[in-house]
Amino acid sequence: MSTVTSKPEAAAGTLNEKEKWLRAYRQMVRIRLFEEQVNELYTRALMPGLAHLYSGEEAVAVGICEALRIDDYITSTHRGHGHCLAKGASPDRMFAELLGKEAGYCRGKGGSMHIADPATGNLGANAIVGGSVGIATGAAFASKRLGNGRVAVCFFGEGALGQGSLYEVMNLAQLWKLPVIYVCENNLYNEYTHYSETTAGTILGRAAAFGVEAATVDGQDVRAVNSIAERLVKRARAGDGPAFLQADTYRYSGHHVGDVNREYYRSKSEEQHWKSDRDPIKLHAKWLIEHDYADSAALDRITVEVRSEMEAAVKFAINAPYPSVDQVDEDVYA
Amino acid sequence: MPERELTFAQAVREALAEEMRRDSRVCIFGEDVAEAGTPFKVLSGLVEEFGRERVLDTPISEAGFTGIGVGAAMTGIRPVVDIMFGDFLTLTMDQMVNQAAKAHYMSGGHWKVPMVMRTTLGATRRSAAQHSQSLHAWFSHVPGLKVVLPSTPCDAKGLLKTAIRDENPVVFFEDKMMYKLKGPVPEEDYTIPLGVADVKREGEDITLVATSSMVQVALGAAVLLEKEGLSAEVVDPRTTWPLDEKTIVDSVKKTSRVIVMDEGYGRYGVAAELAAVIAEGAFYDLDAPVKRMGAMHVPIPFSPPLEDVTVPTEGSIFKAAKEMCGK
Repeated sequence: MSTVTSKPEAAAGTLNEKEKWLRAYRQMVRIRLFEEQVNELYTRALMPGLAHLYSGEEAVAVGICEALRIDDYITSTHRGHGHCLAKGASPDRMFAELLGKEAGYCRGKGGSMHIADPATGNLGANAIVGGSVGIATGAAFASKRLGNGRVAVCFFGEGALGQGSLYEVMNLAQLWKLPVIYVCENNLYNEYTHYSETTAGTILGRAAAFGVEAATVDGQDVRAVNSIAERLVKRARAGDGPAFLQADTYRYSGHHVGDVNREYYRSKSEEQHWKSDRDPIKLHAKWLIEHDYADSAALDRITVEVRSEMEAAVKFAINAPYPSVDQVDEDVYA
Repeated sequence: MPERELTFAQAVREALAEEMRRDSRVCIFGEDVAEAGTPFKVLSGLVEEFGRERVLDTPISEAGFTGIGVGAAMTGIRPVVDIMFGDFLTLTMDQMVNQAAKAHYMSGGHWKVPMVMRTTLGATRRSAAQHSQSLHAWFSHVPGLKVVLPSTPCDAKGLLKTAIRDENPVVFFEDKMMYKLKGPVPEEDYTIPLGVADVKREGEDITLVATSSMVQVALGAAVLLEKEGLSAEVVDPRTTWPLDEKTIVDSVKKTSRVIVMDEGYGRYGVAAELAAVIAEGAFYDLDAPVKRMGAMHVPIPFSPPLEDVTVPTEGSIFKAAKEMCGK
């Protein structure tokens, strides 16, 4: 049902520049409007539990995943909807998972923080901060050992910089020259605490300590993210080892959908600045128009199409049945 | 022809070598697993046969290389992760409990984690509190993991081969005091299923349910009891999960008396669980309350006379069994 679910053609390089950047635009809009629906489901009390919205960070997931093959691996985070969509997940099955329905990616057993999809190389979103750094590195080990040319991308927020296991696996990835790319989405806040209060030294200095190829990118610029991702993916695939990318970005919403009073840790003017001046979708729209790849009417049409895609996906999920109770102890063991 | 004998360590090594020959996806990760062959020399010779691409020395980063094992298992490798001392399992807990154990269920059955974590348990090696614990109860508590506790060279080989072929994360505990124990091991290829207990000795008067290191101790106690005219049955569950409840309960129904012994801590431990299984399954057949015997509730001390009283012995089991039988 979704208009963009996979991108073998992008990987094959058959898209021209215009198509490529319009596709990136659409992907970012899909993430934004997906998250709008999630917030709506929460406020209407239709969604069990909470969710952590990716709005504001779309250019990172899209810029990276557009540089990947469908069979490359990703690991994601509690704030993972954007990564899953960017890697090719369908919104209908994602919404179904968020509502705990059997049609969901995890048959309702994972929920918002655990969407996993072997068909798109998604090893799973992880609700332990930094919890998937080993899994991504292990997938890179398997790729190298099996010689299948796959690259693993490990998404995590700057909060994961506090976890020691990250440094253990980066050390190993460099020693073993594994095709893994650690993508640190620095959205400035470890939950409710500014990262400057939790992070000594520099972010890139951590990767540099292991001799891991490290770079910083403006995470609001999808083309910049994609350009550097293409380079890092290429060198990883060529056997040149791991890389670390710091993508500077911003989380528009609270830590989760229920975090609405945020002034004790950040100002409304700061939020407004990012939304007005640094929005990845607006910035990319402006660029598309300036390059005559689209006019504002064409971009509006994309938004309308995506909105209708998301509304249909939500409807599908709401109408989908819950799993039967006898499934509760299925799949504990393989 | 007399049956071939191997040590426990040789049996483990033979299982690994055979599985690595059979399946090129099997790889070993761990500290000093390659040329050193581990401090216990269990893996000696494997790197020479299979190369450093498949027997990989890691940094001292238990959480890191366990996590790599989980990810590699999900994507086509059959890792055997070596945690030198069971005490170091504490460093792997997030990877085992939150990642390996849950990936299959949480993904709706989409991802699998076919990995084995080999590690050790057991006190009385004069290694003090951080190299002597038996922490298998922690893993038995977590749905999604399987836990194996071999007590003989033959069982070690057959169970390890099965564990490597299993599609789930399996934690395989070896008693480090048992590595030099010799026992018969068949020449031919064999495996032993997980979840099938073994009656190591048949008897009529009392059941001794014993795991891992405690099986040999229980067998020793049974010999002492025989001299007193008491016939003890020794039941070895071999795996704490899956657990063969039937064999245990059937034995207790037959003998009507039971002592459960396990080298982990008695409180909230494997012995407690086995006692509960027996209480639920054989309460009306019991002539005496179920007795638990486990490690004393103290950190394992270094000094030999102190350490020796922390774990059940042939003597303490003999005494307890005799009392239970009214002798």
